[in-house]
Amino acid sequence: MTLKTVLLGAVSALAFCGIASAETLTIATVNNGDMIRMQKLTDDFKAKNPGIDVQWVTLEENVLRQRVTTDIATKSGQYDIMTIGIYEAPIWGKQGWLAPLDKLSSDAAYDANDLLPPIRSGLTVNGKLYAAPFYGESSMVMYRKDLFDKAGLKMPDAPTWDFIADAARKITDKGSETYGICLRGKAGWGENMAFLTATANAFGARWFDENWMPQFDQPEWKKTLDFYVKLMKDAGPPGASSNGFNENLALFQNGKCGMWIDATVAASFVTNPKESKVADKVGFALAPDTGLGKRGNWLWSWNLAIPAGSKKVEAAQKFISWATSKDYLKLVAEKDGWANVPPGTRTSLYANADYQKAAPFAKMTIDSINAADPKKPTVKPVPYEGVQYVAIPEFQGIGTAVGQQFSAALAGQVTVDQALQSAQQLTEREMKKAGYPKK
Amino acid sequence: MATTHTRSAARLMMAPSVILLFAWMIVPLAMTIYFSLLRYNLLMPGTEEFAGIMNYQFFLTDPAFFDALSNTLILVGGVLAITIIGGIAFALLLDQPIFGQGIVRILVIAPFFVMPTVSALVWKNMFMNPVNGLFGWLARAMGFQPIDFLASVPLLSVIIIVSWQWLPFATLIMLTALQSLDEEQKEAAEMDGAGFVSRFIYIVLPHMARAITVVILIETIFLLSVFAEILVTTNGGPGTQSTNLTYLVYAQALLQFDIGGASAGGIVAVVLANIVAIFLVRLIGKNLEG
Amino acid sequence: MARKVSTQRKLVMSAIAWTLGIVIFFPILWTFLTSFKTEGEAVATPPSLFFFHWTTENYAEVQSRSDYFLHFMNSVTISLGSTILGLLIAIPAAWAMAFAPTKRTKDVLMWMLSTKMMPPVGALIPIYLLFRDGGLLDTRIGLVSVLTLINLPIIVWMLYTYFKEIPGEILEAARMDGASLAKEIIYVLTPMAVPGIASTLLLNVILAWNEAFWTLNLTTSNAAPLTAFIASYSSPEGLFYAKLSAASTMAIAPILILGWFSQKQLVRGLTFGAVK
Repeated sequence: MTLKTVLLGAVSALAFCGIASAETLTIATVNNGDMIRMQKLTDDFKAKNPGIDVQWVTLEENVLRQRVTTDIATKSGQYDIMTIGIYEAPIWGKQGWLAPLDKLSSDAAYDANDLLPPIRSGLTVNGKLYAAPFYGESSMVMYRKDLFDKAGLKMPDAPTWDFIADAARKITDKGSETYGICLRGKAGWGENMAFLTATANAFGARWFDENWMPQFDQPEWKKTLDFYVKLMKDAGPPGASSNGFNENLALFQNGKCGMWIDATVAASFVTNPKESKVADKVGFALAPDTGLGKRGNWLWSWNLAIPAGSKKVEAAQKFISWATSKDYLKLVAEKDGWANVPPGTRTSLYANADYQKAAPFAKMTIDSINAADPKKPTVKPVPYEGVQYVAIPEFQGIGTAVGQQFSAALAGQVTVDQALQSAQQLTEREMKKAGYPKK
Repeated sequence: MATTHTRSAARLMMAPSVILLFAWMIVPLAMTIYFSLLRYNLLMPGTEEFAGIMNYQFFLTDPAFFDALSNTLILVGGVLAITIIGGIAFALLLDQPIFGQGIVRILVIAPFFVMPTVSALVWKNMFMNPVNGLFGWLARAMGFQPIDFLASVPLLSVIIIVSWQWLPFATLIMLTALQSLDEEQKEAAEMDGAGFVSRFIYIVLPHMARAITVVILIETIFLLSVFAEILVTTNGGPGTQSTNLTYLVYAQALLQFDIGGASAGGIVAVVLANIVAIFLVRLIGKNLEG
Repeated sequence: MARKVSTQRKLVMSAIAWTLGIVIFFPILWTFLTSFKTEGEAVATPPSLFFFHWTTENYAEVQSRSDYFLHFMNSVTISLGSTILGLLIAIPAAWAMAFAPTKRTKDVLMWMLSTKMMPPVGALIPIYLLFRDGGLLDTRIGLVSVLTLINLPIIVWMLYTYFKEIPGEILEAARMDGASLAKEIIYVLTPMAVPGIASTLLLNVILAWNEAFWTLNLTTSNAAPLTAFIASYSSPEGLFYAKLSAASTMAIAPILILGWFSQKQLVRGLTFGAVK
């Protein structure tokens, strides 16, 4: 009798431990504002899913990428859910490193068809969804209406690069620290190369030809880089070669930039009166083109995915479905207002009248995202996918090394020609080392 | 005999340290050498194959390699020069009778306690940024064009940041050495009418030789693998102007996930570090003997 | 006092020393002040030194987002654990080197130091794989052992130089009294070596506290120390100077305060054989 009770107790205790410990999800994520908000709303998830506990690992983007990639490539299994970019998702999906999110695709309430088509297709490999978008972005022009009025200029909805350059030079007044245009210059495949690759697309350039030969020795790249370096010299802020997204954001919010071409998510920061001195003076336009049929607007999304081989796939899918659902958008709207919901993932959000009212940048964001075409990013044909990146595993390293060269050209340490020559050489080297062209 | 007994006891006592460090060195080293001979990219599983010396070829012919080599030496040399000269100057100053000596000493040693990542972030964003940084603001307030530190003088900027972190260490060692200098010796020299300069050259400096050697030794060990400061501030750029060997290996390992290439780079770095070590042993041997 | 110093000279020297001291300390002070600004004020030009709207919202924000206490305790455990373990291994070795030196002692010492010269990133993947297979990822034990090994050469070296200063005659005397080797170390050597051991301990706690490569790459959450805590505040999208400053202040304050309070002990033993 006593023994039986003890045994029973022990067994149930064991079982209880088993449940409790089996259901703690470790989630790796980026320290961006929208993710931090998700972290704060965890209690809502826990209330709806009793028995599942959540542990957050929030890291800076570069550190996160290294940690997550090392973990998944060595199959260490330290994370149950990972935040990954639209760049990684298809590569990892093809490798068989991610568990397909079948539950989500088939769940009517989740409504996977509502996901924005360009982003959904970017996260799908062979018809299977491998990651669910948490927020998405494209790039666009943000400009100061007051400065444009003062200079007697009017920003069209779809400007050309010539107009942008001309306007930037007119607005610039270095004496009062007003710089016509702020663009990324800090080296990195996700920093200056995101901007420059997308811009190069508009100038008719491409990374590789159909045989994977690097194209930096072609006139289109020279034109792109020449244009960029000259424009930044005439109308950019000092120190542009170390400016990334954050640095430019701080400049723009402090009223030092006439224009800024960058991620659409920046729109909610620059129009937030708590942070921005120019909140009520910002206008938006599509990323510029050069009349060749491609606009320099990229496509990016941060997504949640589950490593293959995870033992907590079911609980993890529950979490992902919570965090990327329509209801989550409503939850954020209730707590922090519609302007703060994670943008760029769902068609229904952009049909929502409340959102349109709260977010003046909504239309431009959705138009920019829909205008991006990762499957056909360039004017000339290419063997790769991706607008502001090339979706091959080698790209992180090559992109950053090329970014270094272009950053040096912007800083005036090397000429445009030297930078392109080095870029060509190092890309050829790395591609050869990686065994391209692959059949 | 006592000596034999002591000697074998001594061996026994050194054993744990030696064995542990040997294992710590040899296991990763063996694995690294093994990986360095493979075509091994973490992002492309299943493509591992024996590659011979290909990784070494690529690493050594990398146009960035010689830049990285010279940057490493300039970085180590530059920081050593600044911290030793600065350290002696501070030590001389703190050795003087001054008001609130203890507090000044606290202020001077504080940077040593700051995490490298934190200090790099602080310097980069709040000081060296030409628009929002304090230096830029000061320059403009005085009517100059602000210097864009991280773009125009990237390596110097890194040297400044690292020197700031290591100056306290040098100062402390120098100060200890200085305070052990015989007061009477100093006084006698003063009586003889020796000026500050000759006192410094003939009495103080020779006395500090050992302290200087120690600072060189310890700092070199840490400075050869400076990494966080570069990653946070310049990312090795613009171009490769502030890329040191450690950063170059990092780019292979954690940007390209090319484990083969990174391992080859690691081995090259170890060989070079050991050349430096041999050089240091010579130097130390002379100065620390006896 | 043997030397007479004119008050005037003392004043001038004090002024110079204070100015330089404040310049050196300024970045830390600035971080501290920035942590009480709003994000907007943190990047405002012209910057204001004291006259801004003081707020503690950054600290509240940091506290609400991360478990500071967990990271803090991990940092304490890891830095203290690795240092103490290192001392236990190193004291006998340093004793042997100092009191029973052989021709090869110097070489062994130099070899030990040279193990510190390998760029850690070159060995990351091998170590990571070993840790994965040994189940050591994200454990305090794993980190303690790595940091012990990393700092062991410095510990041995510091103790060695300190022990060497201890006159051999005292040990001889103890030996005459029939003390065994173990007793010799415990009762004679150790008390004399306390200042050296104390400063070795302090220096290595500082080094381990600030070590950011291994601690960041080998942990995820349970064993993550303050270096990982910092990594969640550096460069997100949006403004972050003020929050980063608050997190930085929280991460460096404990070790800074420890360093200040124990600076006498730190200095006393921090000779590395530099004084002779």
